[in-house]
Amino acid sequence: MKHLLSIDELTVEQLTALLDLTDHMVEISSRPVPKVPALRGRTVASVFFEDSTRTRLSFETAAKRLSADTMTFNVGTSSVNKGESLRDTIETLSAMGVDAFVVRHKSSGVPHMVTEWTDASVINAGDGWHQHPTQALLDCHTVTRSFGTGNDLTGRTVAIVGDVKHSRVARSNVRAFTMLGADVVLVAPRTLLPPEFIDWPIRAVDSLDEVISDIDVLYLLRMQRERMDAALVPSLGEYSARFGLTRQRADRLKSDALVLHPGPMNRGVEIVVDPADLPGSRILDQVRTGVSARMSVLYTVLSGGSVPPAGGAE
Amino acid sequence: MATERRAEVLSATDVGRALTRVSHEVVERNSGVSSLVLVGMQRGGVWIAEQIARSISSFEGQFEVPVGSIDVSMYRDDIALRPVIPAAVTDIPVDITGKTVVLVDDVLFTGRTVRAALDALLDHGRPRAVQLAVLVDRGHRELPIRPDFVGKNIPTHVSDEVDASLQGVFVASVALDANKRAAS
Repeated sequence: MKHLLSIDELTVEQLTALLDLTDHMVEISSRPVPKVPALRGRTVASVFFEDSTRTRLSFETAAKRLSADTMTFNVGTSSVNKGESLRDTIETLSAMGVDAFVVRHKSSGVPHMVTEWTDASVINAGDGWHQHPTQALLDCHTVTRSFGTGNDLTGRTVAIVGDVKHSRVARSNVRAFTMLGADVVLVAPRTLLPPEFIDWPIRAVDSLDEVISDIDVLYLLRMQRERMDAALVPSLGEYSARFGLTRQRADRLKSDALVLHPGPMNRGVEIVVDPADLPGSRILDQVRTGVSARMSVLYTVLSGGSVPPAGGAE
Repeated sequence: MATERRAEVLSATDVGRALTRVSHEVVERNSGVSSLVLVGMQRGGVWIAEQIARSISSFEGQFEVPVGSIDVSMYRDDIALRPVIPAAVTDIPVDITGKTVVLVDDVLFTGRTVRAALDALLDHGRPRAVQLAVLVDRGHRELPIRPDFVGKNIPTHVSDEVDASLQGVFVASVALDANKRAAS
């Protein structure tokens, strides 16, 4: 695997191999010296054209634990402000000797374009509404390891709640959870469902109360206020009343149901209860697992260490 | 085409005897077992480390020697050439600082895995000493590494494959065709 651009490009075997390798990385991360020399001499550049705290720091921590060198590109203080194009920026960094680019951009498809301008590996760290594959990977790892059923989610129901339309996290997760055998149900007002969801192998409901007591995983999406250019919900208060995780709804969850959120949380909107009061909350585990999942991805794209697919289609 | 000849070099009984002797040597060399930790190298060394620990506790009055395992795939110098072993884990149950660690492997060949294991081990602490026990030393070292305890020295050809388990030690000699021999 040279790039990781989208969950859609992965086979089930590649997805489960990444999850298994993440176990390895979890063990490394738990050591007194959480660092191995695996990627010594490789350089990983983070190129983030959109704000991020956890994803960027998580990738950088992951790269450092594998002994790769890291470069951070801050759009705000770069020559992009002098009018340098994205392509020139990538080619300039490539000329300095970058082995992998970690790219986030507000436009869908940018990571794919970047692969045409460089020989380096490209990892999608979120592009527009399209994909956020490492988030799906860490979510799948968090969920499968919480249930302790290997990589299999057959018979489990995952509800993805909220602003599905603007969510790259939802697009990656629908695919990944389905690949592992889970039933996925989208819970959102009609205005926040994407038009393409009809083609997805899942169902959608417009009331959280309808499904709350039957699900095994409650995946809350962030209300993306910065992407809300139209009046898609009457008000955040009303959204919260119908789709937020309130105390009453939390009490109706199954006793072993998990609650996940990709962060950053809008407290009082999609999550009204304090997650610290939820026994099923895995929100901090997600952040912890994020570093290990990204180590797994960096190692896989940079080491060529996974078994090459038959036929060598790379 | 390659033709293969597979020969038994050690029987199951021989393997048992060799490991019992190695266990005695480990105790003798270290004047007892009080600060000893056995660490098996994933995957072939793990069962041997467990076996040595069992025999030591059988003749040292039920003294339990701590046994761990170490996976070196992240420390190798040929990382792109080998896949990571799924499910092979590093699990060192005690603090090794100040202890005498006996690294255990099934077959000692180029010495590169041992080199990687030394690096991996030192990330877990600072042992007082590290010793190396192997069931089979087949020669062809590429690094200045020598074992402290050897079950059996077996001269081999570089292209031979050595398979060591509780069932015995087998050497498969592969008579390669000209192309393959040139490549190896």
